[in-house]
Amino acid sequence: MGRIQLKDVTKSFGDVQVIPPLNLTIEDGEFTVFVGPSGCGKSTLLRLIAGLEDITSGHIEIDGTDATDVPPAKRGLAMVFQSYALYPHMSVRKNIAFPLRMARMDKAEIDRRVEGAAQVLNLTDYLDRRPGQLSGGQRQRVAIGRAIVREPAAFLFDEPLSNLDAALRVGMRLEISELHKRLDTTMIYVTHDQVEAMTMADKIVVLRAGHIEQVGSPLELYRAPRNLFVAGFIGSPKMNLIEGPEAARHGAHTIGVRPEHISVVPEGGVWTGRVGVAEHLGSDTFFHIHDTGLADTITVRADGEVALSHGDQIHLSPRDDVIHRFDAQGLRIA
Amino acid sequence: MARAVTTQRKAINTAIAWAIGLLIFFPILWTILTSFKTEAQAIADPPLFLNFDWTLENYAIVQDRSDYMRFLWNSVILAGGSTLLGIVIAVPAAWSMAFVPSKRTKDILLWMLSTKMLPAVGVLYPIYLLFIQLGLLDSRFGLVIVLMLINLPIIVWMLYTYFREIPGEILEAARMDGATLREEILYVLTPMAIPGIASTVLLNFILAWNEAFWTLNLTAVDAAPLTAFIASYSSPEGLFFAKLSAASTMAIAPILILGWFSQKQLVRGLTFGAVK
Repeated sequence: MGRIQLKDVTKSFGDVQVIPPLNLTIEDGEFTVFVGPSGCGKSTLLRLIAGLEDITSGHIEIDGTDATDVPPAKRGLAMVFQSYALYPHMSVRKNIAFPLRMARMDKAEIDRRVEGAAQVLNLTDYLDRRPGQLSGGQRQRVAIGRAIVREPAAFLFDEPLSNLDAALRVGMRLEISELHKRLDTTMIYVTHDQVEAMTMADKIVVLRAGHIEQVGSPLELYRAPRNLFVAGFIGSPKMNLIEGPEAARHGAHTIGVRPEHISVVPEGGVWTGRVGVAEHLGSDTFFHIHDTGLADTITVRADGEVALSHGDQIHLSPRDDVIHRFDAQGLRIA
Repeated sequence: MARAVTTQRKAINTAIAWAIGLLIFFPILWTILTSFKTEAQAIADPPLFLNFDWTLENYAIVQDRSDYMRFLWNSVILAGGSTLLGIVIAVPAAWSMAFVPSKRTKDILLWMLSTKMLPAVGVLYPIYLLFIQLGLLDSRFGLVIVLMLINLPIIVWMLYTYFREIPGEILEAARMDGATLREEILYVLTPMAIPGIASTVLLNFILAWNEAFWTLNLTAVDAAPLTAFIASYSSPEGLFFAKLSAASTMAIAPILILGWFSQKQLVRGLTFGAVK
């Protein structure tokens, strides 16, 4: 079980309030991602749940019992840190066994669980090595191994992939997702990378300056961002935000059109502009277009085969049914 | 980019380094040489460098007159005991300063160090009275406590510098893994800080070994260490340089040997944090 509830939780460091009153429920077995720009309070929130920081006011409940004043070790949560935080003086085996040793589990059971975790994480051949002798990806797996042997109520991940190179990151992303499917345990995952959030989450919590901007499934956030911040944060490349007469034409202060919802047409079209930078990814091409009279740059995601280059004139036609409308306060107009 | 150093330049540097080293070492060398002279040769003018009649009689006399082993044993107990006790007290103190610092941590550290700048004689009287009241005069126990207190600021400072190099996340991981504070310090922090703790132990052992002010003032017979052993040759019957030198050589020999074998650790300990 691992249902976590935050009730009116606040956190201040001295006079600075980093988390204003915040309410959130994370259901048992859910993969929840906290996402937001750096300094938005997402890591602090995770550390409050872990118990590594004391909350200033409010309550944290784990499975219905008040855990506000329970020390980290007694909350039944396991954490994977950004820096892996492995014990450098212990072998992989001892690292993974450490939480079990602290729980005074008997030797045979410890061995059984460590072997099991090592098998799941492909670490069997490395059990007698020190963390210093492992690659980044292997270290991260050891850190995950140390978390899973405890069979915790929930896993907390604090930007676990940001120290890995791009290729490895994609691989580990899949491994963690698979682990979640297999264990069916609550996972809370902190990242600043919206791609990680979109691909892994059951539920995304978008944070800005300690405030929850929106909570929802990845597609809910993609299809119906509640405000301009979420609209600009979720989706890659970023949504185009257009103000002025073009927005007024749609009865809004600002309209948002995603790059993938604009088609390149040979003639006519609604908008015209001049190609600035064209990024050819093979499957897709991202055109950054200037001189449209709408915004500084309009980004368009086109088919990889579209052969336009710097300086060419381009005709664009947005899909009317997926234009997002926002009012002067930046809130979505239904 | 490494600066290019010519061979000639290197040779000059080496020569200068050796010259400075010898200059600093000379008093010790002179003491050792004098210990092998007769009393007359020891005060000969002009001084004799190597061309004297080498003799071991000073060592024999010193050995006859006083029980060297007893002094040595006291030195070991005082230096070892005060260092170990200091470490046991300083590890938790340095832990809290390094990992849960408050606004005043820096001030406390400086204040602690400032006590080292206080002239020791300023607190001799109160401590002497306390020792009389508590019946600690000339006891090893009392002296272990005093030496520990004197070196504690240095021990805490050194450990604090080492601990600050250890990432806090590893200790937090231990906390998440269910380690109590004691287990966190015992199984995670201490093993990771072993090199630092070793340097600290070594330096403080040497400092405590060489401590003379308190050991001379607070001991008489039972707890007297090697510093008192040397001092006993420098007085009432007049000056006996050769015997004094023999006693000094015997007193500094153990720590000299220890220092020689552990010089790498020592240098690392003293420059830690300064150079990365």
